[in-house]
Amino acid sequence: MPASNKPAEVSGTPPQGRTGTGQPRLRLRKLTDKSAGVLFWVNSLLSAVILLGILAFLLYYGVRTFRETPVVGFLFGTKWNPDAYGEPSYGIIPLLVGSFLTTLIALLIAVPAGIAGAIVISERLKGWVRVTVKTMVELFAGFPSVVLGFFGLVVLAPLIARVFHVPSGLNLLNAGVLLGLMSLPTIISVTDDALRVVPHSYREAAYALGATPWTTAFRIVLPAARSGILAAVMLGFGRAVGETMVVLMVAGNAAIIPHSLFDPIRTITSTIAIELGESAFGSTHFYALFALGFVLFLIALGTNLVAESLIRREKRSFTL
Amino acid sequence: MKKLLTITVLAAMVTTLAAREVMVKGSDTLLNLVQNLAEAFGTASPDITVSVAGGGSGVGINAIMSGETDVANASRPIKSKEISTARSNGINPVEYAIAIDGVCVIVNAANPVEKLTVSQFGQLYQGKLANWSAVGGPNKKVSLYGRQPNSGTFVYVRDEAVKGEYAPAMRQMNGNAQIVEGVKADEGALGYVGVGYAREPGIKVLSLSKDGASFYSPLDKEAVDAGTYPLARPLFQYTNGKARGDAKAFIEFELGEAGQKIVEEEGFYPLTQGYKDKNAANLQ
Repeated sequence: MPASNKPAEVSGTPPQGRTGTGQPRLRLRKLTDKSAGVLFWVNSLLSAVILLGILAFLLYYGVRTFRETPVVGFLFGTKWNPDAYGEPSYGIIPLLVGSFLTTLIALLIAVPAGIAGAIVISERLKGWVRVTVKTMVELFAGFPSVVLGFFGLVVLAPLIARVFHVPSGLNLLNAGVLLGLMSLPTIISVTDDALRVVPHSYREAAYALGATPWTTAFRIVLPAARSGILAAVMLGFGRAVGETMVVLMVAGNAAIIPHSLFDPIRTITSTIAIELGESAFGSTHFYALFALGFVLFLIALGTNLVAESLIRREKRSFTL
Repeated sequence: MKKLLTITVLAAMVTTLAAREVMVKGSDTLLNLVQNLAEAFGTASPDITVSVAGGGSGVGINAIMSGETDVANASRPIKSKEISTARSNGINPVEYAIAIDGVCVIVNAANPVEKLTVSQFGQLYQGKLANWSAVGGPNKKVSLYGRQPNSGTFVYVRDEAVKGEYAPAMRQMNGNAQIVEGVKADEGALGYVGVGYAREPGIKVLSLSKDGASFYSPLDKEAVDAGTYPLARPLFQYTNGKARGDAKAFIEFELGEAGQKIVEEEGFYPLTQGYKDKNAANLQ
């Protein structure tokens, strides 16, 4: 992300010391120094420009939706049926609810499990065991979602149907559980990093007062790392809300507001994936999908910004 | 992701290097059938490669409208609005029927219901009848399985039989095979698939009636050919203008004896004379 490049420091501090400007070597060094600075500037500018470009592109196409359908109907309508028998309707509420509820279930599963896992990895495991476990967790973060979706389709769906005596396991619960599994590695990894940043003197002080390692972990280290943990949760949220393939495969994809865990749901992402291919270029349906993309972008951008600022706050308070 | 992109780019480069290729895209109902046809065609004329992709009839028709594919597969006829959009892009879709399908209404094998009228079927899918007891079955909630809006079968069944909006609670499945899997696992299920997907254990194909007096099964070739089965339909391919060159060779193969034999092997029905005559006119 742009914030990690610090161009000002590179270009703003020319090499001090001996000022033998006549020496060609030094001039060359100054030149490379300057060009490196420019390169960093261009790089960080580029990512910002691309980000703004995507935003502008989504907005440019998205607003055209509202030439044929009112904004209020789009934001507050409870029916999404662009390819209708009769009049098409473009209400995003069922899709927002679908995205929100799957993400909520995912976080209800992944946050407690993720924090517990991170405590074990950070506070209890040592040496090569810790490294191995952490690496495996991070590897799982790159697990292909289509494989997980297939697992949900052939294993989890029949299991849910049998255990809860419901007609079909392709529902909100299935999608939520799988998304929880998907965001677990992110949460574990970032929480672990946050716990490691807590200074060792905190732990030593707790031990000196007679606290057990577990008490220290829960009462001292965890509260000290809370903003980093919040950032981990935010990143997990972003992972879950943006995931497409898994929910497309197991959520049942009915655009309704569910009444129970066992109703099918449809998310914003799967709607775009299902419908973009068949919507004719230039139709209201086509533009409405870009408007949906814009809404999703705002949600993801918002969570990332919050997470970023929390992580920065965490670093500032401990690395002094 | 990056790797995937590289592979895609490489694959695209390789396929553009192989000079003679026909791209076919669209209907999931036609996907297996056309893939088998393409394979057989490849054995007969090894210097032409036919690549077949799914995505749904809507995706195929969209691709032909924007000139992104040579041939579009569609399990529904192209809409007049789509034709006018295509014309404004300088594209003139020409239609070929390549097989006959009877859309099969399927239930779980444990469901005692054997037949439905078209109006009962429509009311079930609109959510107006929500219990199997309303149509002579057990006291069990109906759970609806359908396709996604990019599917030609979704549009065809809605326009021809449901004649209204699908109940919002209908599960929208990604392809015929997923509907079959869903119905197999769910005793209250009601679903619809192309006849090429319906001969499976664990599911049962219902007979349908337009008038409530005489019921016909889509597995009965005569009823489908004569059109007495209410959901009998042709499956189409579209080209931009009359098919030429390699695309023409492929379509002629599909419509020929060898092609129609594969159509039957895949569980669909071969073309009747009326469609053959229309195709011949469009191939001239």
